[in-house]
Amino acid sequence: MSIRNGLLALLEDGAMYGYQLRAEFEARTGATWPLNIGQVYTTLGRLERDGLVVPVESGDDDDGYRRYALTPAGRDEVTGWFHTPVARGAPPRDELAIKLALALTVPGVDVNDVVRTQRTSTVRTLQDYTRLKVRADESGDLAWLLVLDSLVFQAEAEIRWLDHCESRLARFADRPSPTRTGARQPAAERIPVRR
Amino acid sequence: MTTSGTDLVLELREVTRVHGGGANAVHALRGVSIQVWAGELVAIMGPSGSGKSTLLTLAGGLDEPSEGAVLVEGRDLGTLSRSELAAVRRRQVGYVFQDFNLIPALTAAENVALPRELDGMSARRARREAVRALAEVDLHDLADRFPEDMSGGQQQRVAIARALIGDRRLVLADEPTGALDSTTGEAVLRLLRARCDAGAGGVLVTHEARHAAWADRVIFLRDGVIVDETGPPAQVESLLGLGAEQ
Ligand SMILES: Nc1ncnc2c1ncn2[C@@H]1O[C@H](COP(=O)(O)OP(=O)(O)OP(=O)(O)O)[C@@H](O)[C@H]1O
Ligand SMILES: [Mg+2]
Repeated sequence: MSIRNGLLALLEDGAMYGYQLRAEFEARTGATWPLNIGQVYTTLGRLERDGLVVPVESGDDDDGYRRYALTPAGRDEVTGWFHTPVARGAPPRDELAIKLALALTVPGVDVNDVVRTQRTSTVRTLQDYTRLKVRADESGDLAWLLVLDSLVFQAEAEIRWLDHCESRLARFADRPSPTRTGARQPAAERIPVRR
Repeated sequence: MTTSGTDLVLELREVTRVHGGGANAVHALRGVSIQVWAGELVAIMGPSGSGKSTLLTLAGGLDEPSEGAVLVEGRDLGTLSRSELAAVRRRQVGYVFQDFNLIPALTAAENVALPRELDGMSARRARREAVRALAEVDLHDLADRFPEDMSGGQQQRVAIARALIGDRRLVLADEPTGALDSTTGEAVLRLLRARCDAGAGGVLVTHEARHAAWADRVIFLRDGVIVDETGPPAQVESLLGLGAEQ
């Protein structure tokens, strides 16, 4: 997700200092995606270069920090962002999918075991998210609640995929074993699962 | 090990259930042991046919184990007379069936009030309680409707109200969110959770991980055997800032 759009959207509320933007971003997304202040200033620099934000005149604070405001072009950018679907793009490298693919061919690894261990762990994560949801609900923090729901549905999707893998594996168990191209390659050429 | 302490609401001891016999015998459960404490919600997950409903019917005294024992609040159901068992089912156990099991000739309120009336409560009081239980599942307007005039999700909520009415110490729910959309399903889970937080023990069968996640523990069943279980909850505090390393 682009920090650019996030910062621009926050500036819809009015001009802000870099450190305020950072605090607001984290507050509104429940600190799920922490930003460092360097990222915020670099991004603001680029936005200024592109004419989407301007420093507010005489808006410096005592320490010389500048306050930024949206330009009309910046405002258009925010509107455009909210009305454009997020592109999925190329699938990001998924360690779990890679791990399972490799577990199929690396000798001595029980894929079912990998699936089961992962599922239990992801369900535990899901339990943790759910406890956080209960709290967010009690404190009426709708923005954080929506972010948590998103994490919940993603974790659930992973679990469903794992269930699906398990039944597919069971169905394949009766068939003759697949050609294990990976196993015949020298170890050095294989993709390491963990760095 | 703890035996029949007052806080142990449900205990399955090495429970086996075999359907049929000889070459056609189906081992629906094989040596399953589970303890559910007061205040605890336990979820059971597993593929179709793994024995989840079998486990729940045994826990609710609707079926008997082939081997092993089922104890509800310390009483071995296998030692009870028919009428004692019926009383346990009416007073101590709330049961949400996978297929609702509402009585078609009774209205929503009458369905919910039935276990209370059977228990000797006056019809007026039972109805008052039933209407309150229906309100808890957002159905106060439909108290006088018959099941066939309700949507699947509404019938399901009636079934849930019926299981939660009165002071049942053990609540057993088989896929209680099956016919519900995601926010209504979540509302039902909140209700179950609240009932357990108030001191009941609960067992929830579900294939939806999102719903199982409301439980304190999740037990994974496969081919009639427990294959895995999530442990005690982590400290929620340590999770703020979760995802930071991703
Ligand atoms: N009355 C019966 N006679 C024979 N076999 C039965 C009977 N009841 C259940 N079984 C078998 O016992 C096994 C476990 O059934 P159970 O209903 O407990 O599964 P489940 O986990 O609830 O499945 P689902 O997710 O589909 O509801 C299945 O193989 C089923 O066919
Ligand atoms: Mg079932």
